Amino acid sequence: MTLDVLKTFVLVFAAVVLQSAIVSSIQIAGGTPDLLLVTLVAVSLLRGAIWGAAVGFTAGLLFDIANLGRLGETSLLLTVAGYWIGRYGETTGRDRTHAPLLSVAIVTILYSAGALALHIVLGDPVDAGTILVRALIPSVVLNLALAFPVYALVRRVLGRAEWSPHEVRLLG
Amino acid sequence: MVVGILIVLSLALLSVYFRESSDGPLHGAQDVGATAVRPFQVGAERVARPFRDLYGWFDGLLTAKGENEKLREENSRLTLEAIRNQTAAQENLDLKQLLDYQDLPGLEDYRSVNTRVLGPQSPFGKRLLITAGSNDGIRLNAPVLAAGALVGEITELSPETAVVTLLTDESSAVAAYSIRTGALGLIQSGEGGSLSFANVTKDKDVSRGDLIATAGSSVPRLPSFFPRGIPIGIVTSTSQVDTEPFKQIQLVSNVDLSNLRAVTVLVR
Repeated sequence: MTLDVLKTFVLVFAAVVLQSAIVSSIQIAGGTPDLLLVTLVAVSLLRGAIWGAAVGFTAGLLFDIANLGRLGETSLLLTVAGYWIGRYGETTGRDRTHAPLLSVAIVTILYSAGALALHIVLGDPVDAGTILVRALIPSVVLNLALAFPVYALVRRVLGRAEWSPHEVRLLG
Repeated sequence: MVVGILIVLSLALLSVYFRESSDGPLHGAQDVGATAVRPFQVGAERVARPFRDLYGWFDGLLTAKGENEKLREENSRLTLEAIRNQTAAQENLDLKQLLDYQDLPGLEDYRSVNTRVLGPQSPFGKRLLITAGSNDGIRLNAPVLAAGALVGEITELSPETAVVTLLTDESSAVAAYSIRTGALGLIQSGEGGSLSFANVTKDKDVSRGDLIATAGSSVPRLPSFFPRGIPIGIVTSTSQVDTEPFKQIQLVSNVDLSNLRAVTVLVR
C-alpha cells in the first residue's frame, strides 16, 4: 500500500513537471495534450474511484502550485474526473481494452467543459468558442495518442488492477 | 465520503485563495511549493529544448524561402529608417539638454531581467510562466518585453517564478499612443487573439502602418507601470461607424505572442 502511494506520487509529480514545463507549450492544430489528465485516467482505471479522487486532488494541487494557478481550481476538476473514471474502471470499464481510450476521450471533453464553466463562474474572461470548438477536437486526438503509452507505463509501474482477470483467477 | 471531503476541501481552498491578498498564507505556501518544484521544471525544459529546437529548425526551413525575400526588402527599408531615426534621436537629446526638459521615466531608467518562458499557465487566458521571480527583483505589474516590444505584464509572483499576462488576454489593458500623431488610446485584446487600439476618438488621426507605443503617465499621483515609448505593434486597419463614438483600430504585435521562448522583464 505504502509503496503504491509512493509510486503513484512519483508518477503524478513527474506528470505535473512535464505538463507544466514541456507539454503545455506544445500546440498542434490548436490543441494541447494533457499528460496530467491522461496519467490520472490511467491511475484511476487501475486503482478505482477513491484512489482516482485522491490522486486527482493531489495532482491538481501540485499543478496549481507549480503553475502559480488558483489553489483548488484544478484539484476540484481532477478530483471529480478521477472519481468518475475510477468508478467506470471498477464497473463497466473493467477488462475492456478500449477503456483507456474511451475514458480519455470522454474525460477530455467533460474536463474542458467543466474547466470552462468554472472559469466563467469565477469571472474570468474566456473564449468559449476557441476552447470548445477549435481546440477541443485536436486536444482529444492528442490525448488519445498519449492514452495507450501512458496507460502501459502506469500499469507497468503500479501493476494490474485489483479486479483484473488475472487476480480473479487466483481467487477462484 | 472521501470524495465529498476532497471536493469541499478544493472549494474551500479556492474560496480562501480567491479572497486572500497576495501575501496571505496560501499564497505564501504556494510560493514555497513553486520554488521547490522549479528546479525540476527547469531540468525538464532543458532536456526537451534540443528536441524543441530541432522541430523549430525544420519548421523554420519550410517557411524560410518566402520569408527571406520579404525580409531583404524590409531590411533595405529599415536601414534607411534607422539612419533617419538615429539623427532624430540625437537632435532630440540635444534639444532636451538645451531646454532642461523634465521627461517621464524612459527605458533607460529600468534594468532588464532576461528570462526563459516555461510555457502557458493554462489553456484559459493568455498567461505564461517564466523562470524568474521576486528574488530577481521582479515586481507585480512590471512590463514584459520580447524582441524590444511590449508583450504583457507580471500578474502573479513567487520568489523563483512569475506569471506574465499577455496583451492578448482579455483582462489586459495598456495606455498607448500613436508615435506619428500622438493619438491616445488603450491596447486591448481583439477578435481571435488580435490586438485593438480602443477608445480613440474619431477626430484623432490614426492610419494603417502607424507604430503604437506605451503612453506612460504624466500624472505624478497615478504613475504608469510602463515607461513611455515601448513599441507595441503596427496598425493594420482602421474604420469608424456613425453609431460608435470611437474608431475601430486593429493592430498586430511586433512579435509572435503565441510562440515566446524568452522575455525581458523591466525592473526599477
